[in-house]
Amino acid sequence: MSEQLALFPTQDEEGLPRIFTVSEVTQRIRVWLEADRVLQDLWLVGEVSNWRQSPAGHIYFTLKDEQATLRCVLWRSNAHQVGYLPSGDGETVLAHGYISVYDPQGVYQLYVDELQPLGLGSWYVRFEELKRRLEAEGLFARPRRPLPRFPQRIGVVTSPSGAVLRDILNVLRRRYPLAEVILAPTLVQGEDAPPQIVRALQAIARVPGVDVVILARGGGSIEDLWAFNDERVARAIAASPLPVVCGVGHETDFTIADFVADVRAPTPSAAAELVTPDRAELQRHIQALRRTLAVACFDLITRLRRRLEAEKRALRQLSPRVTLQRQRQHVDELALTIVRALRYELALRRERLSGLHHRLEVLNPAATLARGYAIVRRQDDRRVVMRVAQVSSGDRLHVQVSDGTFASTVD
Amino acid sequence: MSEVEHLTFEQALAELEQLVQEMEAGNLELERALQLFERGMQLVRYCNEQLDTAELRVRQLAPDALSGEEPGLTPFEPSAPSEEPW
Repeated sequence: MSEQLALFPTQDEEGLPRIFTVSEVTQRIRVWLEADRVLQDLWLVGEVSNWRQSPAGHIYFTLKDEQATLRCVLWRSNAHQVGYLPSGDGETVLAHGYISVYDPQGVYQLYVDELQPLGLGSWYVRFEELKRRLEAEGLFARPRRPLPRFPQRIGVVTSPSGAVLRDILNVLRRRYPLAEVILAPTLVQGEDAPPQIVRALQAIARVPGVDVVILARGGGSIEDLWAFNDERVARAIAASPLPVVCGVGHETDFTIADFVADVRAPTPSAAAELVTPDRAELQRHIQALRRTLAVACFDLITRLRRRLEAEKRALRQLSPRVTLQRQRQHVDELALTIVRALRYELALRRERLSGLHHRLEVLNPAATLARGYAIVRRQDDRRVVMRVAQVSSGDRLHVQVSDGTFASTVD
Repeated sequence: MSEVEHLTFEQALAELEQLVQEMEAGNLELERALQLFERGMQLVRYCNEQLDTAELRVRQLAPDALSGEEPGLTPFEPSAPSEEPW
């Protein structure tokens, strides 16, 4: 699609807006329409008008409802095969076909390959009626059962022959071969199919260990898929004690079973994928766990080793040799302190000594004698005479002056 | 702890996931960590082995099983290629 659209650049090489031709635009619209899977395979309901047959045998008409109209073409070759041809305008019909563009007139239209009357018995009416009834009953809104993360036994309710079972088994084998598959073979088409499907759903639920059920059928016409629009089948799915994954037809097919199922898968293969984990993803998950485990273990050992180193260092600090060294250093320091203190004390004393010496000098009596004073002592007891009362007449005195002594007598 | 071989894949994976979580939370004694590591590696090997070697087993309900209490199972024999596309 994107590749096809890339064929229509919107600018030329010089960056100017690209000019489209009418054909190009029409082709682009056709590409868009034909890429839409729903528009390429659809049923629709509408009222016939402008019914006319061309001389060549092709039939042209319009389908309309209250708000819109749609041009339709029924080629002569298909006109012979359709189940029903309306008698004229005003009838409401079901039409099947695909939408495309008719270039010469620039219109889109439905290219019809099947027509059915919309009577009471038509499948459309029955489908809508059953859907409405079950929906009103709350069957579509019932709580969904969760799928197991790792199914042990997967029940598969489908036709034992045919491509669908093979596709499912291939997917299961590729994604999760650890599971066991229990096949409940059943018809998936025709009048006998619904009761068989119901019985298969009931039986598979009684097999021990089955934890999820796939209900599947390949693509087909709306009639082919009709068993999956059966009320009995819908009720059996709702009543199932196991989660049911419904994979019926193609992506665009919706059946009543799809609405009731716990999970609706677009196709049978998709149903098989939905019920299983992916082996490759699991392997990556396990690898990641393994890495985390190894890293965590490595980290722990590194952490422990680092702690061990720290303890070793602490221990070394506590060893006797270190204590001894530390004490020896302490002694050294003490000795140094003492020497320093001694020196200080010594200097202090020397300082004081010289101060005292100086003061002594000042106080030396000899200096006083030099200034003309004399020291007088009594001859007998050598005591210094300081008062008159100390002496009597006739006492012998000893007199010291600056340069010597002489004796004298008191008168 | 049971032997790894007796576990289902799901049990083994669940144990592995829980074990890695415990390991990541840290504060483990070395002894315990080494135990977990060894057990974890066993589980990894076992899970990988299961994924690598498992063969999808297919059985089907026995024909009379649709009504029985506990349905019997028989080997699945793919029917001859069919023209039916479903």
